[in-house]
Amino acid sequence: MSTPLISIRDLHVSFHTQDGVVKAVDGVSFDVMPGETLGIVGESGSGKSVTANAIMRLNFGTQVDVSGEIIMNGKNLLEVDDDELRTLRGRQMAMVFQDPLTALNPFYTVGNQIAEAYLIHHPKATKSEVREIVLNAMVKVGIPEPTKRMDSYPHEFSGGMRQRIVIAIALVNNPQLLIADEPTTALDVTVQAQILELIGTLQEEYGSAVMLITHDLGVIAETADRVMVMYAGHAVELANVDELFETPTHPYTVGLLGSVHSLDDSSRGALQTISGTPPSLINLPTGCAFHPRCRFELGENSLCRTEAPQLHAVGKSRSACHLPESQLLQIGAKGGV
Amino acid sequence: MIYFVIRRLLFAVVLLFVVSFFTYVLFTALPTNPAALTCGKNCTPEVIARNEVRLGYDQPIHVQYGRFLKGIFAGRTYGPEGASVHCPAPALGYSFEYHECVTDLITRTFPVTLSVAIGAFVLWMGIGVGLGTLAALRRGRWQDRFATTFSVVGISLPTFFFALLAILVIVIWGGLLDFPQYTGFTENPIKWFSGLLLPWATLAILSASTYVRLTRNGILEVMNEEFVRLGLAKGVKRRTLIIKYVMRAAMVPIVTIAGLDFAALLGGAVITESVFNLPGMGKLSIRAVTDSDLPVLVATTLVAAVLIVVANAVVDILYGFLDPRVREKV
Ligand SMILES: Nc1ncnc2c1ncn2[C@@H]1O[C@H](COP(=O)(O)OP(=O)(O)O)[C@@H](O)[C@H]1O
Ligand SMILES: [Mg+2]
Repeated sequence: MSTPLISIRDLHVSFHTQDGVVKAVDGVSFDVMPGETLGIVGESGSGKSVTANAIMRLNFGTQVDVSGEIIMNGKNLLEVDDDELRTLRGRQMAMVFQDPLTALNPFYTVGNQIAEAYLIHHPKATKSEVREIVLNAMVKVGIPEPTKRMDSYPHEFSGGMRQRIVIAIALVNNPQLLIADEPTTALDVTVQAQILELIGTLQEEYGSAVMLITHDLGVIAETADRVMVMYAGHAVELANVDELFETPTHPYTVGLLGSVHSLDDSSRGALQTISGTPPSLINLPTGCAFHPRCRFELGENSLCRTEAPQLHAVGKSRSACHLPESQLLQIGAKGGV
Repeated sequence: MIYFVIRRLLFAVVLLFVVSFFTYVLFTALPTNPAALTCGKNCTPEVIARNEVRLGYDQPIHVQYGRFLKGIFAGRTYGPEGASVHCPAPALGYSFEYHECVTDLITRTFPVTLSVAIGAFVLWMGIGVGLGTLAALRRGRWQDRFATTFSVVGISLPTFFFALLAILVIVIWGGLLDFPQYTGFTENPIKWFSGLLLPWATLAILSASTYVRLTRNGILEVMNEEFVRLGLAKGVKRRTLIIKYVMRAAMVPIVTIAGLDFAALLGGAVITESVFNLPGMGKLSIRAVTDSDLPVLVATTLVAAVLIVVANAVVDILYGFLDPRVREKV
């Protein structure tokens, strides 16, 4: 097995708010391999964005605690100083955000913004070189008439086109890791597929690894090699994409798949959707965070209620569930019925 | 963009006519008789009535306004026969109180007001934007608390209170400065500066308090914008991020408001000019009120209104230059 591009170990992120400490990410560990697409899926609020931001060390005000390790090229990103961090951001790893309408600086032309991303990491580049790079990047992401459009402002583009520009900015330095946080959620359905395809094509061309965050299992099925399922700040399942859809090994994943299936098969729908609501991150349930909603929970005084389960091998996947392996495989195979 | 500028300027011209008309009508409708001021001690009802006719105050209001407008473009002769006075264009009226053309009064007092306004503006923008930025960048620390305190205190103090306090402490007790006095800039720049320091500070404290808050909140708001996060994710240096991303965006609304506030100040800082006894337009108009000096009152109000209209146009055009989203839309 090759060495991971980036290793996240026991990542904890908690926010200090007026209501209490929000444990947004509570001990998550995973690797991203060079060139692969790792899908991260989970309900809204499960800590996907917080995980992504932690890797880039974005949005860290004073009211946040981050612990654990994020190892890239032998260095813990949580410990490198600001100067070094800057050389990594945008160069080794880049990010695509959810809403392309707000992600671009409204006061500068898109050409300027792509150029800036390149110039930060290539300060000696000449004007004509940069121009060449910008035009090239715009062509790659499929912006028509790039010579004309490079002098336009973000508001003169459609949402899909803006997302292409954000992708151009992210990829202009050929980063090893691209983090895409719900890159298609804010876009029209027709545009969504185009953007995903674009990310896939460019990933192949550049050989970058992609961390694709989404709450849409359809997107995962189409793009991911491996999948991490998150629930209430925890990784509950880590699996190859085929395994995940064929034999999910965590009751939560089973429920998630059920809610997807229910869309095309109404007769099964009612049974499959997960009842209950996600827990408060300020006051997490003891034991397994999912146990209050879990149909297979082992009952009073069981491990489910007293001990947080860790990811361990179940079949070909890894699952964080106290149920015996045989039962988990059975639940998964039957689609939870 | 060029169409936008032209349209905006045309609109401003139309607005000027409307504003000037209403200003004129409003004051002329006041229950004072401007003709009564023309004769002083020699006034008898007959003289007043005669002068009323001679000055045209017996005419319908639109005729009066027409003459007033014509005076602005062509000059005008005022006063009873034998003692008539000619004011060259742009004639805004003749003050029988001062025995001077109003235009001369304004050109004499405006430099004072302009001096007061410019110094106060520089000071308040410097303090307001500077302190507001510092507070936002050091959010929650002592700099932020200091700025908040400054802004609360500054806003709750009435101007005259601060002015009197400043005179008492700095001039009378401290003896650090002479009593504020206006000296022309061309006459003696140093005296101009030291004589205006207290009025500037007085005006600046109040406005700076507002601008501290505006700037701080504006910056904090922009800092949460997604495009600032994208800047960070690109690897932009902190200083560049603050200038090119945060300040650039946060300053657009502040520049706009500042332009209007400056114009309002140019119309005359009534309280400050009165307290510090500065012969500016604010004081001129306040005296015109107490003296019922209608021509002066009309003219000073009109000048103030014109300044606001012009500032509005300038600010709108500036806004178009500052924000590409506005530029395209209009
Ligand atoms: N800056 C913050 N302050 C307090 N709570 C936060 C902050 N950012 C995120 N959270 C909380 O962390 C949890 C996880 O958020 P997030 O990672 O954005 O979820 P998602 O999986 O939908 O991307 C949410 O409950 C959210 O309210
Ligand atoms: Mg999210």
